[in-house]
Amino acid sequence: MSFLQEVGQWFLNPAHWQGTGGILNRLQEHVVMSLAATVTATLIGLPIGLALGHWGKGGGLAINVANVGRAIPSFAILVIAVQVVGIGATPAFLALVALAIPPIVTNSFVGMRDIDPELRDAARGLGMREKAVLLKVELPNAMPVVMAGIRTSGVQVVATATLAALVGWGGLGRYIVDGLANRDFVQVFAGAILVAVLSGLAENGLAALQKVLTPAGLRLRDQPLKSAAIRRGAPQAEPAS
Amino acid sequence: MLLVSGEPWIRWNWVGSHLGRIWDALLQHIVLTAIAIGVGILIAIPIGLLAWRYRRSRGAVLASTGALYTIPSLALFALLVPFTGLTTLTSEIGLVTYTLLILVRNIIVGLDGVPDEVRDAAVGMGYRPFRRLMALELPLALPVIMAGVRIATVTTIGLVTITALIGQGGLGSLILSGLIQGFPTPLVIGAFLSVALAVVADVSLNLFQRLITPWSRA
Repeated sequence: MSFLQEVGQWFLNPAHWQGTGGILNRLQEHVVMSLAATVTATLIGLPIGLALGHWGKGGGLAINVANVGRAIPSFAILVIAVQVVGIGATPAFLALVALAIPPIVTNSFVGMRDIDPELRDAARGLGMREKAVLLKVELPNAMPVVMAGIRTSGVQVVATATLAALVGWGGLGRYIVDGLANRDFVQVFAGAILVAVLSGLAENGLAALQKVLTPAGLRLRDQPLKSAAIRRGAPQAEPAS
Repeated sequence: MLLVSGEPWIRWNWVGSHLGRIWDALLQHIVLTAIAIGVGILIAIPIGLLAWRYRRSRGAVLASTGALYTIPSLALFALLVPFTGLTTLTSEIGLVTYTLLILVRNIIVGLDGVPDEVRDAAVGMGYRPFRRLMALELPLALPVIMAGVRIATVTTIGLVTITALIGQGGLGSLILSGLIQGFPTPLVIGAFLSVALAVVADVSLNLFQRLITPWSRA
């Protein structure tokens, strides 16, 4: 029997779908953990980035923090979190939130700063109060870039949650980590397929959300390369670690 | 800050007695990163040039490198292990794959940024496409391409730590052994050195770029 047939058999085995170690439970753990971490990071990072962008202060700091963050391996963050709070779900959650915040802060800052200043002036000239300027003019215009940050973080979180299996937490990474430990490459491969499919779904789901939340008038400007931003050295998508 | 294990963050006598091992891990880390970036550049240049020259292929090239980029690294290594084993080759295939999106995208964006007037002037002076590319377009695109190389390098240094799980890892092997033994010293050293390596690489590549593109210093 070829290797890929064995992998097919692994998926067809009903025992692999049920119970604590079953695919359904591991998938649920992975999804719930990723959602919780991404939502928490958004609740923390978005107001900070929007406030910095609105007042135009501390941007250099925000971008530098994010760049240093890129250099710290997520693996190291996860392992250090375990040393501080012990093994299990809590260190995984804390490490994932810590990883997800920088891209959200940077992107919401850059999104707010990239808004044409004339729009802001026009809004004020029309008599809008600061709150209305922020919510009705700045936020909708910054939305594509803000959402790109949340999307980057979300995909990153799904990827890093895989590593959390190393620190005694569940999720789909268990199949890869346990399989590698037991030299059970069929299980390793099956787990990798599950993880890859889930991160693909996360990427596409967040891309769809980004599209829905982008005001219709801005959609035409949607371009895959964001050339100007890359040339100015703006942060790009983070690697899926 | 207290650690769960009650151990201090660093035991300097362990560091002193394991300098050789730490050095080897650092060297392996540098070699794994250098190979990945070198091979990544060699592959990305032709792909980037073709995708830039033939606009229609751009979407497909960026979508496929982007899709590979979304696969979590542990999963990508795990997908390769059954075929290429727990080897350096497995690590490098994965690491090179992740550099491609960044490098190809920056090559395209860099070449796109060459001003039309400059290109027209070269055409008017009788430059043929190949000479125009070598003498004009690539040098002018160099700052953006080098920015891509820097991002790819810093990213790869982080990803190398994960290859510890498939038996390589450089500094990641220190982190992993610290985790397995519940002994913080090697993992703190491994994490610190990999961040330091990323910063040093970023700064030196920046200096290198300034040296080779004196005209872009503003």
